[in-house]
Amino acid sequence: MTHPERGVRCQVSGVRDALLGVSEKGAEPRSTLTPDTWYLTPDPWHLTPSRRAFLASSAATVLAACGWDGGRALKPVMYGASRFNDWFSERLFSESKLSPKFDAARRSKSFPNYHISEMTPVLDDPAQWRLEVGGLVSTPLSLSLEDIHRLERTSYTVEHHCVEGWSAVASWAGVPLRAIAQKAGVKPDARYVRFDSFDDEYYNGWDLKSVMHPETILAYAFNDRELMPDHGAPLRLYAPHKLGYKLTKYLTKVTFTADRPGGYWEDQGYPWFGGV
Amino acid sequence: MNQVRRHHWIVRLTHWSAFVLIFAMVASGLQIYRAYARFGPRDHSYPNFLENADFPQWSRLGGWLAGGLNWHFFLMWPLIGVGLLYVGYLLVSGEWRKLVFRARDVRPAISMARYYARLDKEHPPQGKHNALQKQAYTGVMLLGILSVVTGFAIWKPIQLFWLTALFGGYQLARYWHFWAVWLFVSFAIVHVILVFTADPASLRAMITGWYRGRYTNDTP
Repeated sequence: MTHPERGVRCQVSGVRDALLGVSEKGAEPRSTLTPDTWYLTPDPWHLTPSRRAFLASSAATVLAACGWDGGRALKPVMYGASRFNDWFSERLFSESKLSPKFDAARRSKSFPNYHISEMTPVLDDPAQWRLEVGGLVSTPLSLSLEDIHRLERTSYTVEHHCVEGWSAVASWAGVPLRAIAQKAGVKPDARYVRFDSFDDEYYNGWDLKSVMHPETILAYAFNDRELMPDHGAPLRLYAPHKLGYKLTKYLTKVTFTADRPGGYWEDQGYPWFGGV
Repeated sequence: MNQVRRHHWIVRLTHWSAFVLIFAMVASGLQIYRAYARFGPRDHSYPNFLENADFPQWSRLGGWLAGGLNWHFFLMWPLIGVGLLYVGYLLVSGEWRKLVFRARDVRPAISMARYYARLDKEHPPQGKHNALQKQAYTGVMLLGILSVVTGFAIWKPIQLFWLTALFGGYQLARYWHFWAVWLFVSFAIVHVILVFTADPASLRAMITGWYRGRYTNDTP
């Protein structure tokens, strides 16, 4: 999904917005992010307005432009190693291992948030929003937020891990994804799940084992309050066992697939499994 | 000139592989560090004189966070392999007896330190490695183990949360992993200085395996 009009309304890109700690309404720096937090973007383009043009180019070009990627000889080996690490991480991952829980008193004072759109993605008409559950399922679902609120609820206070190296404690509440999977009836040939969002073309792919973990939820509450647009309202994927970039916000679709989906950052070179 | 066989090929191979791999691990690690150049909660980070340090581009490998991660997560496996091969060789060959610092090395280490401090004129018996060398090499091996273990604690803080907890949690595990880097770098600097000032023939020995320096007679 693209929002061409947003580029006209707002001169500052979403990532830069988060990066530079500039709020939408003005230039008041936020304490949650300092200018040196350069986020996931390659150095030369984190301040470039033509970000979209860069995204169109392949990961190889981007890497080659900003640092040695191993060249023709080592790059395939490095890619192979990355796939091996995905395999290793999946073997190490346990469906029954629960993450350590924290007291609500230990919640972090600030919790950074990111999106890739020019501005914080907001629904024009929240009542029209539906979560489409489809792909390799026996009963495709179209769920409103009220439908999702009526399903079973899981909540926890856990430590969040970002690929950058920061971590923060927060409380989340939502419906376990496996409850939705059971409702839809996952077909035996489904091995992966693709998550789509209305934050530009942000999307993610997960392995089924991580999806079925009891702590993998579709969250509608953050720190005891309704999820706000900065954290992915109305509904976002959350799990303490994945890095932040795997936790798709502003969800629109959950699609069960046989083939491995990519992901917004993964397609640019970030590790695919992204489990912690 | 008197020549003695000094280093087995496994020792030479693992020594130079470890040199290249650790160099690349430090460089890709500095690239990763740049993404969040501090430790602990955002509002009160742990003491760190390198907080927000922007290491020069030549010292970093990967170009951006994903590049640094890919290098780091790729090279960690050969580095672990090299480490296991070396430790395996030490154990199987019995060579560890000449290298690992033990209680009996405390007194010779003091004599060696007195010699370096110019309190004693006579160089104490050298052996293959003197007691201070044993201390340094044992220390750097433990440092290698610490780096690998803290590395896993950072990589999988939920799946291996018992390990991460052992180091005081995720942010402290990152902290120890980072300081291990500077101990490696300090070791490497002192190591190279001593090779050239104390016994330059040991460099040739580490390349060819043959030693013909001034401590030839001491080498068993």
